[in-house]
Amino acid sequence: MAIAESHVEREKPKVRLLNDPKFRAMIFQALLVAMIIWVVWGMVSNAANNLQKAGIASGFGFLSESAGFGLNFSPFVEFEEVSNYFTVYKVGLQNTLILAVLGVFFATILGFVVGVARLSTNWVIAKMAYIYVEVLRNIPLLLQIFIWYKGVLATLPAKRDSLDWGVFGQINAAGLFAPKPIFAAGAMSIVWALLAAIVITFFVNRWSTKRQMETGQRFPVFLTGLGLILGFPLLAYLIAGQPISLEYPVQGNFGPAGGMQIIPEFIALLLALSTYTAAFIAEIVRAGILAVDRGQTEASYALGLRPGQTLRLNVIPQAMRVIIPPLTSQYLNLTKNSSLAVAIAYPDLTAVFAGTALNQTGQAVEILLMTMLTYLVISLLTSMFMNWYNAKMSLVER
Amino acid sequence: MRKTILSAAFGVAAVGLAVSGASAATLDDVKAKGFVQCGVSQGLPGFSNPDEAGNWTGLDVDLCRGVAAAVFGDATAVKYTPLSAKERFTALQSGEVDILSRNTTWTATRDTTLGLNFAGVNYYDGQGFMVRSDLNVKSALELSGASVCTNTGTTTELNVADYFRANKLEYEIVAFEKADEVVAAYDAGRCDVYTTDQSGLYAQRLKLTNPGEHVVLPEIISKEPLGPVVRQGDDQWFNLVKWTHFAMVNAEELGITSANADEMKGGDNPAVKRVLGTEGAYGEALGVSNDWAYNIIKQVGNYAETFDRNVGPDTPLQISRGVNALWSQGGLQYAPPIR
Amino acid sequence: MAKSKDDVSFVRSQLVEALPPPITEVGVLGWMRKNLFSSITNTIMTLIGLFILYLVVPGTLNWTIFEAVWSGTSREACTTIPQGGALPDDWNAACWPYVGAYLKLFVYGRYPDAELWRVNLSLFMFFAGLIPMAMPSVPYKRENIIFMLGIFPVVAFILMSGGNLNLNGFLIPETIFAPSEFKFWIDFLVLTAIIVGFVGWYMKATATDPKSAMKVTALAMAVLGLVLFSMAFDFGLESIETPLWGGFVMTLVIAVTGIVASLPLGILLALGRRSDMPAVSLFSVIFIEFWRGVPLITVLFMSSVMLPLFLPDGVSFDKLLRALIGVALFSSAYMAEVVRGGMQAIPKGQYEGAMAVGLNYWQSMRMIILPQALKIVIPGIVNTFIGLFKDTTLVSIIGLLDFLGMINLSHSDSNWATPVQALTSYVFCAFVFWVFCFGMARYSLFMERRLDTGHR
Repeated sequence: MAIAESHVEREKPKVRLLNDPKFRAMIFQALLVAMIIWVVWGMVSNAANNLQKAGIASGFGFLSESAGFGLNFSPFVEFEEVSNYFTVYKVGLQNTLILAVLGVFFATILGFVVGVARLSTNWVIAKMAYIYVEVLRNIPLLLQIFIWYKGVLATLPAKRDSLDWGVFGQINAAGLFAPKPIFAAGAMSIVWALLAAIVITFFVNRWSTKRQMETGQRFPVFLTGLGLILGFPLLAYLIAGQPISLEYPVQGNFGPAGGMQIIPEFIALLLALSTYTAAFIAEIVRAGILAVDRGQTEASYALGLRPGQTLRLNVIPQAMRVIIPPLTSQYLNLTKNSSLAVAIAYPDLTAVFAGTALNQTGQAVEILLMTMLTYLVISLLTSMFMNWYNAKMSLVER
Repeated sequence: MRKTILSAAFGVAAVGLAVSGASAATLDDVKAKGFVQCGVSQGLPGFSNPDEAGNWTGLDVDLCRGVAAAVFGDATAVKYTPLSAKERFTALQSGEVDILSRNTTWTATRDTTLGLNFAGVNYYDGQGFMVRSDLNVKSALELSGASVCTNTGTTTELNVADYFRANKLEYEIVAFEKADEVVAAYDAGRCDVYTTDQSGLYAQRLKLTNPGEHVVLPEIISKEPLGPVVRQGDDQWFNLVKWTHFAMVNAEELGITSANADEMKGGDNPAVKRVLGTEGAYGEALGVSNDWAYNIIKQVGNYAETFDRNVGPDTPLQISRGVNALWSQGGLQYAPPIR
Repeated sequence: MAKSKDDVSFVRSQLVEALPPPITEVGVLGWMRKNLFSSITNTIMTLIGLFILYLVVPGTLNWTIFEAVWSGTSREACTTIPQGGALPDDWNAACWPYVGAYLKLFVYGRYPDAELWRVNLSLFMFFAGLIPMAMPSVPYKRENIIFMLGIFPVVAFILMSGGNLNLNGFLIPETIFAPSEFKFWIDFLVLTAIIVGFVGWYMKATATDPKSAMKVTALAMAVLGLVLFSMAFDFGLESIETPLWGGFVMTLVIAVTGIVASLPLGILLALGRRSDMPAVSLFSVIFIEFWRGVPLITVLFMSSVMLPLFLPDGVSFDKLLRALIGVALFSSAYMAEVVRGGMQAIPKGQYEGAMAVGLNYWQSMRMIILPQALKIVIPGIVNTFIGLFKDTTLVSIIGLLDFLGMINLSHSDSNWATPVQALTSYVFCAFVFWVFCFGMARYSLFMERRLDTGHR
């Protein structure tokens, strides 16, 4: 011990403080923190100074003020002209989420179909999928939104000469006027029947898996489930005395009125977002499937599984592990890209809150911070959920 | 031809490095840099509109040219910054532009909470509606069930909500960020009605595929006093912009035009002499030369001249003077005397 | 199984001559049988595919080529009889003369005609520098990179804007020394002296030879001074303000500046994220995740309406410059993740090896890790660039007249207003973007294959 101590003492004077990596790291970090604080403080004090000098109102008091303008799309949140700016925020968030959820849904389906088609042995199908991917993903999304909105939907006939799509309603330059379902008393029983069918299907599935494990006998779970899920609500619908009716649009002063108007801005965005993102998802799915060893497919065939079964039971579950992380970032991209709604007046969060509300109140700092933080929170929540799902999938590995 | 703006890029920490000496007096800044930075619209015929070569013309543009003439004796010493409805107030507040002359409505909120000052009204407007003539709509009260296209972030968006609510009319609002998009959407049949200031309706109608197929309804649902805006807290600059407009109105009242300004300078009407700077030192009091108003009138013209040149009956817009006539002719344009 | 006596037994003494494969297995027929009609499902799929092609291809070709109008001077050329033209009632196809009439605006914006040579020269220099840099077989990579990252941006800036910046000092308080260009250079000299002195002191304090470090620092400051001097020098070029810039050139300016500015920032952030110092890595993580978590359009809104409020009184940035700052910050976060991916792919032995040789952190990063990491992320950088290139179209939302902004602007010209105008211009724009993006994507793929040396 004594030797070691004297050794240290002999060394000490040689090491200058600046040569000590720990000290240097601390100095460096202190400098960085000081610089960040200086920059942030500079910006905040500049902003406070500028706002105060110009006599601009600040703070979040505006959120409880009445908005005074109208909005044309708010399926769930109650909105009137007298609603306050916080309601405007909620409507914007709602519209962003509707667009994102539906976009993710359609993009995933289309993306998987195109991705599998890319690997099809059928030459025509594979080439068509290839062309789809290469065309869609190499054209800016904003341009695609404009093409759908101004190039396609805007060239539809005017409201008075609507195209009649029969049971789907009427379509014209002002959107799709679809029949609107009217829920009478007893309509809830259908929802309960649907829920019951889902629960029963779930238990049937568990029972059938267990039985297959024990006896090897298979049970047509898919057909049973389909029958239950379609049959139960239908039965409930008939028993409850047909509580749902459709309200078809009628001819008003300015073309079709009533019914359920789906505005063209929404249609254009949904089409553009899902087809564009599907091109990226297709490539991810293709890469994921290619990442599964060929031996797996061969082993499946050797066991006597058909190509469809091989894909469903063997390849896709393994490919999912490769697919999920990049798929998450595509979902996030789609959510963030939904903000391009501002270009074509779909009232999403960016358009209605960071657009209209900002223009009306002039409180740029507060509104933009709220908007950006909202997107950040959505991003982080989605990432967390997908990480959890990914971890769950990885556990399957043995 | 020097630029202070881009050089800021080379201040690595942009926050720490100031580019130009910060001073509260806009007039001194303007004199130092040699031109007036004028915030205009992104293209509204008759008010502020660029041609193919990027030259701006219009009633709002003429006001900026007038200010430049007053400061420098040179109406061309103006640079234009096209601004969207969203950017316009921040651009003014942050000092990016010296004047905002962009068909902006004077309201209490803007005058108070946004830190702005309205330096007069160079066009009295009101909000109107335009529809296709084949709809056979004669009054705005027949518009129940219509979809209405307008600009987001404007007073028109608020007025139309008020009007339809007050009259218990059903409507669908479609609000776009840019004026061009509103026109395009209306033209494509997305909406049945296009609403904006009436002057704007006439101006934008020119951009439609078949201008003849559209009519402007008689109702005016709001007061829209449009005028130049400056920052609060700089009275000298505020006065200069205010009196530039007043000088043009006074000149019309006194019959001074760009054509006869030189001739009238030699006359003996004391009111005319005060305007043209041969008597009194009103220019110096404003911080500019005494022949400031002469320069405005000589290079830009009086109010009637700019009105007729940009929006009047002989232009494609074909707007009559109406409420914008002089007070002495039954209108609202009234300027305090220069004395 | 006894053989009957009629059996003729025969033993071949040589191999059977191979028969040609059946006609259904080779050539076009065989290929079709194998790839298109191998089973019933496959046949149905092929037929469905062909049906979709039948629906899409002839219509597209007719719209863009065969039925399109190719010459004319105004909207009359592209309108049907009820719309005021001469074309049949059900005509609906592209109107190319409109694109032709606007081509100059689409490419250059409102840049003055007499000065277009400056843009063209810049574009020529850009491609002349880029193409040899992109080809792995061309030598002089080092000189090429110095040209593209060092000389070209300065020259292009001077050419496009006219240079002649107004520098008026930044260090000595204005009360002592009135601002002028002369003061700027005095300030610059003072700053250089301070920095060189500090480096010398630091090197001495850490017991290293200060001379070479001081020399390098002084040289760097001299180069910076030269760059600033040439930007402030009056070459007699007319100043072209950025509101006159536009069109495809502006799209290129934004994308190229964004990627060039985001590379160094991204590398620093990637290093920061992998740093052992908690404050540094925390800051990098927050910075990266913030920009990656918000949409670009809100960043652009921030830079156009919020940034001016954050600047000191009297300082204002050009609108284009503000957008560039937003784009650069945004893409640097993505670039950081790309670079980080490359650094993680470098085997741990390389880091340890660098340490064992006695290199310090910056030396090992500069000489060992980054050269390898940056090389393997070239495809990633190209892909980020493709994304950025497509995303530049968003600046049209904040009112900059880039390629898409110019196209939208042209729609308000009543001389060409027809129902097919919008789609015609968008198809043209889509085609241009597609050519560039697809080309770059193929290049990225080519580099990926080339760099895939099988180390994994």
